[in-house]
Amino acid sequence: MSASELPLQPAADVRPGRAWRPFALTAPALILLISVIGYPLFTIVVRSLSEPEWGVQNYVWFFGAPINLTVLQRTFTISAWVTIVCVICAYPYAYLMTAVGPRVRLVLVLCVLIPFWVSGVVRTLSWVILLQDSGVINSLLRSAGFDRIRLIRTQTGVVIGMAQVLLPFMILPLYSVMKGIDLRLMRAAQSLGARPSRAFFTVYLPLSLPGVYAGAIIVFILALGFYITPALLGGPRSTMLSTLVQTQVLSLLQWGRGGAMGVVLLVTTFVLLALAAPVMRSRYREAGRR
Amino acid sequence: MEIKPLTRVILGLVCLLVAIWLVAPTLVVVPMSFNENKSLAFPPQGFSWQWYQNFFTNPDWSSSFLNSLKVASVVAVLATVLGTLAAFGLDRMKAGPANLLRMLMLTPMVVPGVVLAIGIYAVYLDTHLVGTLLGFVLAHTILALPFVLIAVSASLEVFDRRLETAAASLGAGALTAFRTVTLPLILPGILSGLLFAFATSFDEIVVSLFITNPYLKTLPVQIFSSITRDADPTVAAVGTILLFATTLLIGGGMLLLGRERKGRL
Repeated sequence: MSASELPLQPAADVRPGRAWRPFALTAPALILLISVIGYPLFTIVVRSLSEPEWGVQNYVWFFGAPINLTVLQRTFTISAWVTIVCVICAYPYAYLMTAVGPRVRLVLVLCVLIPFWVSGVVRTLSWVILLQDSGVINSLLRSAGFDRIRLIRTQTGVVIGMAQVLLPFMILPLYSVMKGIDLRLMRAAQSLGARPSRAFFTVYLPLSLPGVYAGAIIVFILALGFYITPALLGGPRSTMLSTLVQTQVLSLLQWGRGGAMGVVLLVTTFVLLALAAPVMRSRYREAGRR
Repeated sequence: MEIKPLTRVILGLVCLLVAIWLVAPTLVVVPMSFNENKSLAFPPQGFSWQWYQNFFTNPDWSSSFLNSLKVASVVAVLATVLGTLAAFGLDRMKAGPANLLRMLMLTPMVVPGVVLAIGIYAVYLDTHLVGTLLGFVLAHTILALPFVLIAVSASLEVFDRRLETAAASLGAGALTAFRTVTLPLILPGILSGLLFAFATSFDEIVVSLFITNPYLKTLPVQIFSSITRDADPTVAAVGTILLFATTLLIGGGMLLLGRERKGRL
């Protein structure tokens, strides 16, 4: 029960004369937020519509040039692959986390959190070392008698690196949902004659879906905006939208075009978030009710 | 629940592979940092400390490291103060506006890094903040703020506000009640916010890449340009140092937390 429901609730800050107090406390953070994020994003929107002249020509250009559409489509494809890889790897892992004793669980949790703590740039550096032509994976392949495979500067390399960086974002929400699933339901299903696999698919899997949705949306959105990993692991054939934005702005000084791309990326992200929010909320409620 | 032995073995194996996939790549930098040759080829040849030596003596590396420390320390304090104030404000607001403002303040987490970076870069060009400490501090603070907000809000949620009322009924003023009752109880949340803010700033790269200049670089920017420019194993040495520093910090933190919890019980 929260304190606000109790009669002893302090009346001080609800008094009409003091209602501004909480707003005054949030004001400094809000002012900084508006000046360091709100205003810059507004500038980008304005620039996308005004440079070199007022109008929507930058957006017409973006959606008219096949290369941009290819990159846009590729950004979605790569993000989708990363999400799929994460779901496949995270599901059994999160499940095992709920099924083992506290000691093994601590080890499993640490394995998830260690990459979380380690600097993102360092992790990407590790992937450069691992995936390059003279890298660990190719050295192992060669000593096993196989031909070397090209991993760095390919889409596969980008997906492998990004999925590893984003995997914790999938495992953690999945685990928190799975932890709440009452395992007696599975036992009940089995006592009613369901084989373990049937009990899993008809009882456990549907109950764990909210976690899958939550994790998948987070991973997909983060993957869409990824910059460092694709920039270091990718090549010309695996360019993602972020890299294109950077090229337009820093190399070509095309603020209007880069801005338009940025706005497309931003709008896509927020539309996805808005679409995901009600789905996730209702799924959570369903899971809670059962 | 009953799991068949075969399923159990397969599950265990899959998870072992995932765990290796999660952890092993971060450890690759360790052997690479003792490479005798100037290359990032695997396996490394010979043994030498030269890359560690280079990190501490080469001004490119040591100055970027100091810059990162400077920026991250200021950011940690600034973001923690602003974030804690905001968390308190939101906690004492009506649910409607509080939810709206909270969502607004969490946007830095979901805005794609590059979009934010070009926006901040555009404004910094106009205000001459590119390549300045102030510029880095402002940008990193706003990126660190959501983490502080989440950490402090979480401890405020379990904080029983009747304790403040009790303190007030015993004659404590608002500030005294805050200092002697509220602050000690939510301190773990504030401290973890501080740590998160420091780590966020120390690790931030995308925005930093845009607002940097040759005179002021942070460590991640230096690492990034070193990876793209040459195969200098100094990056592996830096990576190893960072790996050990974070492990020590986190390990120490967990030990402290564990001891505190035991002490309380």
